[in-house]
Amino acid sequence: MGGYAAFVWPSFAITAVVLVGLLVASLRLLRSNEAALTALKAERDPKPSAGEAAGEA
Amino acid sequence: MIQRFANPNRFMRLSAALLPWMAGATVILAAAGLYLALFQAPADYQQGESVRIMYVHVPAAWMALFCYACLAAASATGLILKHPLADLAARSTAPIGACFAFLALITGSLWGKPMWGTWWVWDARLTSVLVLFFLYLGYMALVNAFDDPARGAKAAAVLALVGFVNVPIIKFSVEWWNTLHQPASVLKMGGPSIHPSMLAPLLLMALAFTTYYLWVLLVRVRAEIISGKIRAIRLRQVHG
Repeated sequence: MGGYAAFVWPSFAITAVVLVGLLVASLRLLRSNEAALTALKAERDPKPSAGEAAGEA
Repeated sequence: MIQRFANPNRFMRLSAALLPWMAGATVILAAAGLYLALFQAPADYQQGESVRIMYVHVPAAWMALFCYACLAAASATGLILKHPLADLAARSTAPIGACFAFLALITGSLWGKPMWGTWWVWDARLTSVLVLFFLYLGYMALVNAFDDPARGAKAAAVLALVGFVNVPIIKFSVEWWNTLHQPASVLKMGGPSIHPSMLAPLLLMALAFTTYYLWVLLVRVRAEIISGKIRAIRLRQVHG
């Protein structure tokens, strides 16, 4: 890099790290929210067969 | 058109369809942009190979400004029109814009050290972009400072709108003041003065960063919608 490697490569590297990091963090946030919602729904509305068997209203 | 997408469930369907396209577009544009930027574009006659930093620094700076404009627009829409997704879009945009502002500052320092001989200078452009970064952080702190997300969104929306005055200041700083930072070469009267061999990777990287923003925005708004559903269920559980 004409002597500028110590400045050019870290620029691209930190860009990649920050942007990929934000993407991964956002996807993990979405995944964990989806899992939490599924768990809450299952807790609130158990499967119809289980509900009837337990005499749930 | 905005009203059509006020329905969160419609948004969930739309975003599910759009997400893979945003992801694919980002990867392809970034690959093409990086290839041109690192291997095809010429070195600069004055700056040598260090000019390649431009291909991440300038798109990051453009995105930092663009995201703030989106933040302000979403804040205004939420505050005035009370559009249900506007607050979520604002809240989701802030961390992305903050990352771009951070990258603009860091890559700018990495470029400034070899070219200007300094990591930092308190000129109008650098100082106003630092203020932009602090505004993003302040927005994120404020929006999360309230138990009620709606109150947080409202307070932070006011901050976002007041802070918008910084955007034209950043843009015109290199014209209004004597700055070490160079003046505009792309978005100026008379059109771009940058050579096409450099403009092409620059625009490709800017487009890649834009589709990246849309990709992460859609992911984060989806997460916020689901978070709202969780909150609603929990509130119903508490109150019976």
